[in-house]
Amino acid sequence: MAKAEISPIDIYKLLPRTNCGECGERTCMAFATKLASREARLKDCPPLLKPEFKEAHQKLWEMLKPPVKEIVIGVGEKAVRIGGKLVMYRHELAYHNLTPIALDVTDVTPEEALVKRVKRVENFVYTYIGRQLKLDAIALRSASNDAAIFKSAVEKVMEATDLPFILCSLNPEVMEPALIASHERRPLIYAATAENWKDMAELALMYKCPLAVFAPDDLDLLKSLAKTLAEYGVEDLVLDPGTFTGNGVSDTINNFTMIRRSACKGKDETLGYPLLGTPITAWLEGEAKPELNAWREAYVASMLMSRYADLLIMHSLDGWVQLPLVVWRFNIYTDPRKPVAVEPGLRVFGKPDETSPVMFTTNYALTYFTVQSDIESAGADSYLMVIDTEGLSVQSAIAGRRLTSDMVADAIKTTGVEQKVKHRHLIVPGMAARLSGEIEDLSKWHVMVGPSDSSGIPKFLKQNWPPKED
Amino acid sequence: MGEEGKGKRTAGLPWDLLEMLSKLQEVELEDVLIEAEELELDIQPSAIAMPTTAPLTLASPEKVKPTELIKVKFTPLLMEYPGRVLEVKLGATKGDGGTRSKAVVVGGATSPAFYTFERPPPYVPAISLDVFDTTEVPLPKAIRMHVEEVRDDPAEWAKLAVGKFGADMVTVHLMSTDPLIEDASPAKAAKTIEAVLQAVDVPIIVGGCGDPKKDAAVFEKVAETAAGERVLLSSVTLDMAEAGILEGVARAAEKHGHVVLAFTALDLNLARELNRKLYDFLPKDSIIMDLTTAALGYGLEYTFSIMERARMAALMGDPELQHPLLSGTTNTWAAREAWLKMGPEWEPRELRGPLWETVTAVALLLVGVDLFLMMHPAAVRTLKETIKEFMNPSKAESKKIMNWASAEI
Repeated sequence: MAKAEISPIDIYKLLPRTNCGECGERTCMAFATKLASREARLKDCPPLLKPEFKEAHQKLWEMLKPPVKEIVIGVGEKAVRIGGKLVMYRHELAYHNLTPIALDVTDVTPEEALVKRVKRVENFVYTYIGRQLKLDAIALRSASNDAAIFKSAVEKVMEATDLPFILCSLNPEVMEPALIASHERRPLIYAATAENWKDMAELALMYKCPLAVFAPDDLDLLKSLAKTLAEYGVEDLVLDPGTFTGNGVSDTINNFTMIRRSACKGKDETLGYPLLGTPITAWLEGEAKPELNAWREAYVASMLMSRYADLLIMHSLDGWVQLPLVVWRFNIYTDPRKPVAVEPGLRVFGKPDETSPVMFTTNYALTYFTVQSDIESAGADSYLMVIDTEGLSVQSAIAGRRLTSDMVADAIKTTGVEQKVKHRHLIVPGMAARLSGEIEDLSKWHVMVGPSDSSGIPKFLKQNWPPKED
Repeated sequence: MGEEGKGKRTAGLPWDLLEMLSKLQEVELEDVLIEAEELELDIQPSAIAMPTTAPLTLASPEKVKPTELIKVKFTPLLMEYPGRVLEVKLGATKGDGGTRSKAVVVGGATSPAFYTFERPPPYVPAISLDVFDTTEVPLPKAIRMHVEEVRDDPAEWAKLAVGKFGADMVTVHLMSTDPLIEDASPAKAAKTIEAVLQAVDVPIIVGGCGDPKKDAAVFEKVAETAAGERVLLSSVTLDMAEAGILEGVARAAEKHGHVVLAFTALDLNLARELNRKLYDFLPKDSIIMDLTTAALGYGLEYTFSIMERARMAALMGDPELQHPLLSGTTNTWAAREAWLKMGPEWEPRELRGPLWETVTAVALLLVGVDLFLMMHPAAVRTLKETIKEFMNPSKAESKKIMNWASAEI
């Protein structure tokens, strides 16, 4: 926990203390507080780069340096940052740099199929809470073990996409021509092993690319390799302790956990590098059906995402496999200090008039965006009251008494919706049906219980609006 | 939960995942209750020993490129914790005044979940399958297809859950008692529970409808009818305390030898408060906590972090949070991504749904949940297999994956 608990005072002492405001904060103390909570970065303070602050800058950098090094793969807008983790447990602060997912292609794939697969990776997208969730990288594997074929495949990948990529071959002679062709794109070299580490280290140094270290289920060897390569001068390492998806899944999670604990709690810099998980090995389990391999790959990937993988290599591109992963990844990399909430208040859809429906929901971002998109798809001119439940969904808010009938009755008044419509009919979420009676008593409005899932709103309005009586 | 209704099996899905998964299970999963002694036999001492060896070779001080591998030893950092999680026994055998063939013990953790390199847990997490006492509760298609024939008979449904799907326990959700559904009487609910207790011999969880007053009345009646069976009453809340009806339920549970599930919504202070109220009436080993399970995509990260905080607090010695954790993983099916038809690129939902539940469950397995309420048989199978693998370390064969980078897949 040490890294998360740096005192703002200790930081402040090393800052210029001029309150110049160039960082955007009014005082150096305010900036120090932001640095301590990791909401600001050292580079936000330009004066620190002046020669007279060189020593202070170095001290601050050491003090704030994450126990897991941050490493960049790729170049340009689509480059991915991996690692940079400050804490072992999410609730200690927050996780940084969400785990990129790389999908494999091989150098024996015919060109057309290769380009098609790369494009599928690039075009994968799921819209969630107003964000676009995507896949991040390509892992090009040399199944041919032929230098010319591998190099030609790299060229095709580079031509097809700007996504970062990982070059996978344990043979340095196959690796070098591919690196000559692609080093300016800063690929991750996979991988140095007990056998080839010296050659791979030379390649990493010569072509200035990050290097993965592979020592399956052998942490003595992994640590020895990491130490040796660091001594050799290779600064950007990524550690792969091996991913076993069937027998050995226990060792896999234990290895990732032990390494991360040593880095975060034991300050072991030799192991303070990003970790690579390869759920793709599920495909070596030899199942009869591809769906079974994909199933195994998916849940092991989800475990590794929760347990310290900073980069994943996968094989299945199926939507049902990737969807829970990109969602879970987005979720655990949100800042637990900040509820994912939207502003409460009245939202207007289309051009409602005094006969339009009135609904309500909570200000949990996901709930709100889901309801919003369903009302929009219904094309319904309507009013939606967004009630402040401190960022909880309808179900959780009711259970935790953060959504009560009083709050709903209040919202009818405070949002001014009672002046905007002439009718007195309120559509409540199906999950809030329990509050119906009390809402009617308090507000004197008539309650109509809507669907439990907002995807039912279009159909509900079609069948029930305008209300029959009155 | 929601489901748009009728819906046939998707064309072009000529296989049944559950069956395929079951073929995987060469070794059967009968680990309802694994005792600590059994576990220790399986664990290589080297896997938990703490070597203290210094680096074998020291790096040269100047930056000269090494010509040989610098051999160093990895020493896992092991920790001691002042606290531990209480053990709670569910179900009572004849010898203990009940009629169950086996009890299920949950809890007892002395390290974070499955840190088997540090200390293996004394008991593995248990899984309880959901049974509903009314067909008025809509079920997603992916679930419905597995329970169609028993939907109107909770006792038969319970048999299927135990016999075919391998449930360690069964949760009977008495949704028919909901004043907004059928408003069934406590006496009728107690009859249902009796029938299920006769149909299966595993421990039972009695689920209420969510209306505090009705639940209190139902629980008191069921506690009496099922006296001595050590059922888990799911759940008691601060709302009950506020309405002045918590005491009645807690006393009934204590008198008839049952366990209560203390439910709070993602707030450790509220969880402590409810536990303190319960300590007045019940022994500490008769309380399990439910801190709320939000579905993947709908707040699972809150559940994940609050469970992890609760477990760490328990290990660090917080006496008010040292209860086993339960997750209503079934809530997964509230996520529309688990059941909604979303377009061809996201199909088949017959896999997407159970995977959604599986991902939710394994995330919570890793932060310390001791008892899972689940729904889909394939998710249950996968979780059981995972738990079994977690308790079976030192089985990795490095040569199996050594050449994955060049393998034909």
